[in-house]
Amino acid sequence: MAEIQITNLRKEFGNFVAVENSSFTVRDGEFFMLLGPSGCGKTTTLRMMAGLELPTAGQIFIDGEDVTQRRARDRDIAFVFQMYALYPHFNVFKNLAYPLTSQGMAKKDVMEKIDQVADILDIRHLLKSPVSRLSGGDRQRVALGRAIVREPKAFFMDEPLGALDAEFREQMAGELRGLHDRMGSTTIYVTHDQLEAMQMGDKIVVMNHGVIEQFGSPQEIYDWPATKFVADFIGSPAMNFLPLKTDISKGDSKVELGGQEFFIPEALEDFSGDIFFGVRPEHVSFDDSSLFRASVDAVEYLGTTQLITLQSACGSLKARIESGRQIEVGAKLGLSFDRRTITLFNSNSGKALLNRENHQVIRHG
Amino acid sequence: MSFSVTSPSVPVKWISGFLVAAYAVITLIPLIWIIATGFKSGEDSIHYPPKVLFEPTLEGYVNLFTTRTLIPSDAPEIDASQLEWYEQVVHEQGEMIAGPSRYGERFLNSTVIGFGSTALCMLLGTMAAYAFSRFKVPLKEDLLFFILSTRMMPPIAVAIPIFLMYKNLGLNDTYLGMIILYTAVNLSLSVWLLKGFIDEIPVEYEEAALIDGYTRLQAFIKVVLPQAITGIASTAIFCLIFAWNEYAFAVLLTSGNAQTAPPFIPTIIGVSGRDWPAVAAGATLFLVPVMLFTVLLRKHLLRGITFGAVRK
Repeated sequence: MAEIQITNLRKEFGNFVAVENSSFTVRDGEFFMLLGPSGCGKTTTLRMMAGLELPTAGQIFIDGEDVTQRRARDRDIAFVFQMYALYPHFNVFKNLAYPLTSQGMAKKDVMEKIDQVADILDIRHLLKSPVSRLSGGDRQRVALGRAIVREPKAFFMDEPLGALDAEFREQMAGELRGLHDRMGSTTIYVTHDQLEAMQMGDKIVVMNHGVIEQFGSPQEIYDWPATKFVADFIGSPAMNFLPLKTDISKGDSKVELGGQEFFIPEALEDFSGDIFFGVRPEHVSFDDSSLFRASVDAVEYLGTTQLITLQSACGSLKARIESGRQIEVGAKLGLSFDRRTITLFNSNSGKALLNRENHQVIRHG
Repeated sequence: MSFSVTSPSVPVKWISGFLVAAYAVITLIPLIWIIATGFKSGEDSIHYPPKVLFEPTLEGYVNLFTTRTLIPSDAPEIDASQLEWYEQVVHEQGEMIAGPSRYGERFLNSTVIGFGSTALCMLLGTMAAYAFSRFKVPLKEDLLFFILSTRMMPPIAVAIPIFLMYKNLGLNDTYLGMIILYTAVNLSLSVWLLKGFIDEIPVEYEEAALIDGYTRLQAFIKVVLPQAITGIASTAIFCLIFAWNEYAFAVLLTSGNAQTAPPFIPTIIGVSGRDWPAVAAGATLFLVPVMLFTVLLRKHLLRGITFGAVRK
């Protein structure tokens, strides 16, 4: 059980800045996601929190205690590695016992603990087998077992499902989340898979180039991306971006696009210049009365929905609509957008312009 | 007709089999010759044409372990049947045993110096390799190159400075001196070899141990060493073979006290220069420890050679 706070954390490797002034707080019991493309600094952040890497600057608090300079073994946390990192020369039982014997726990108590953990993870039948004979999923279960057996303050997981195949990943993701809910312990989880982050996380931090782009719940981040990068990274397919030159003043709730006026959430700041008009594919709909026309380039059938690729005067975009409707390739259609969900991005900085809907949600950590 | 892409065709199998057999014969003949000579009589050993079939005798081995004098012509007749078997062997050559030879002592010296330097080399080499592999060492690349550069000339090139240094330090003809010297020569090779092996061990294992509540040293001993054992074993074999066979420094730096077997064996031949069986016997016995060591570690050696070639 722990609340973890990092403030202005920074890490440099030589001239390369891996993590820049990151700050966020992980609440007690939260399933917390560090999300970003590879090389964005998420793993480095986690390793600093775990004590495997010393930060160049900044502080890390676990339950209010400054642990920045403390060794990994003195932080009372457990780490689950992507490649499992089970000790290859031990069998499963010894792997599970290893973190306990380091504390000088009596043999009887060790047995008891491992018994409990083996039941929780359903690995009792594996206890005597050598690690090399386990499947990927079983290895990750044992690695989880090694983490929970010590009942640490928090679990740190570095892409623990990354090495599993897709089918098994689903199942393990469910098990992991279930385990977390039963144990109620703080978990910090690194992933580059936005679906995994949305599916499992209570909170998500999106990182890019060492910078925290946005911090919030999955829904906040999906609905109100703080930057164009987040809007692009989250969601599959990504948000549509239509480049646009415009002059917006505070209080405006309309923009003009291809000769048609569209409602947008009420602007809270003035802006003039190049912007991107951002709209999620599922918020695009067809309306014959609209003057904003686009021709259909392609239709992908996805079962419950279909994806329509469209070409408009302002650029290409995708629409996700229910699959029942017949759309012909080459057809010219009028487009309209769900007004509540449109975000405008400053095309230079990539930042979302503040409006009445997103100004309370957007947090940069 | 069908053919396989992966397994060789029949003629290729025959040719490669023949080449391997030929190579084995070529490399084994000197070895077999030395072992056979050890069991020949003095006369047979220098017989021309060489004898392949002969009556085996332990003369060479007895001579190896003894010093002998000629039986004086005025000595009283001895009843040969009263003598021990090895005394009989000597008696038949018209000699009597004057005392034990120093071969046993030299053999022991070789063992202490060879295995001692190998052990020290492994201890220092593993730790240095670990540090080079895992830690941020300032000027790492330069240091590694410097370490390697100590092997860029033959070690004997520095024989004279080492001789003078050892003389002043009192390390001439001592166990310690020879152990330090062989360790120094072997260390560069061991650091490089072992660094390669340790690089292959994922760092996550140690990190897991560090988080599981162990110190860096405990993680090194309990997690890294067991996995590096293959590399340590194969490196140890290379080090031992060098230290065991080294001749030039041994001739130069050792004499009465810490002399190893290689410089001693040629002296067995004696003033008459005809005791080849004893020399061969000495060489044969000298092969045994390294052979045993290599056979014991051969599993690791084979794994060591192919280690890291394939990603597991």
